Amino acid sequence: MRSKAKSALLALLLSLAVGAGWAISQAREAPAGRVPKPAIAPAKGEQCVEPVDFMRRNHMQLLLHQRDRTMHEGIRTKRYSLKGCVECHASPTTGSVAAEQGDFCQSCHSYAAVKIDCFECHASRPQALAGGAKP
Amino acid sequence: MSGSDAGRRQFLAWGAGAVATLTLAPGVLLLQPAHGRAPAEAASGKVRWGMLIDTNQCATGCDACVTACNRENGLSGGTRETDSQWIRKMELEDPRTGRKTSLPMMCQHCEKPPCVDVCPTGASFKRADGIVLVDKHICIGCRYCMMACPYKARSLVHENLADQKPDVPRGKGTVEACTLCVPRVDRGEHPACVEACAAAGHGAIVFGDLNDPASEIAQRVAKYPSVQVRADLGMNTGVRYQGI
Repeated sequence: MRSKAKSALLALLLSLAVGAGWAISQAREAPAGRVPKPAIAPAKGEQCVEPVDFMRRNHMQLLLHQRDRTMHEGIRTKRYSLKGCVECHASPTTGSVAAEQGDFCQSCHSYAAVKIDCFECHASRPQALAGGAKP
Repeated sequence: MSGSDAGRRQFLAWGAGAVATLTLAPGVLLLQPAHGRAPAEAASGKVRWGMLIDTNQCATGCDACVTACNRENGLSGGTRETDSQWIRKMELEDPRTGRKTSLPMMCQHCEKPPCVDVCPTGASFKRADGIVLVDKHICIGCRYCMMACPYKARSLVHENLADQKPDVPRGKGTVEACTLCVPRVDRGEHPACVEACAAAGHGAIVFGDLNDPASEIAQRVAKYPSVQVRADLGMNTGVRYQGI
């Protein structure tokens, strides 16, 4: 009887462990330890325009710099353009980078409690999906 | 005659043929030189973008330019006081003679724009190539520029917007106006209203570089009389009109 209970417990633990392992492998960003981490949505393509660590800390600088160059000088290079970000990072379900909590930009920004104003004016969906502005 | 001389003559003959196919009439070329810049190249101060609007070709009741502008820039097309209108069709009538004139009116892309003079934040600015724009990142929505503009060209966005065009960011609390379709111009294309007017069969709007003597617009303003609206203000508009 006792050994039966033991084996049942073992089986339960084993299944939990396997389940957890599967969950970790499936998670977009493996949560390690007790610190909660944002679940960052995967993007199209192999590689971002800069290494991931650099982008996480400095994407806002790149966007700010590019924004002034585009607006005032008419330089429209694709590499650091917001349109380029949206093309790759739009969610396959919502088609947007910031429509819902799980979308790429929103996933980190809601975690860090930093409000993004970009998409009050800029399209958060790629060219193909975007329509005319509606009030 | 030596062989090499014959080759040279043949080459010259081909050259003459090629020029003949491109030149329809003196000064009118079938193919205009492409004005597109490389994406990494900044707008040049040597260029002055402008438009020449021939009101004799502009048809009363036609609003192809307005609808094209609305479609291109994602405007609602409404004409209330609070709706953005980047281009308006105007119907004028001389009360003495009864002569009717129809013309589109939009931002005139002045060389000395009053909207830039009055802007307290530097959001309203003129690009090196003469296109007058609003940097909405800096605009605080005070609307001084709307007051200063003699052409009623600018609008304030009064309500939250959704589903903007990727090339045309627009948002509540900022002022906006005709951009001369600046993303298209940077790609080497013509503004949407110019294409729509040509597609509607009127061809009343010519777009081009006023500083380039070879461009169609520069040749036409040199040859035919054209006027600036409110030329008395001395702002040297980039948009000129014929027949008014």
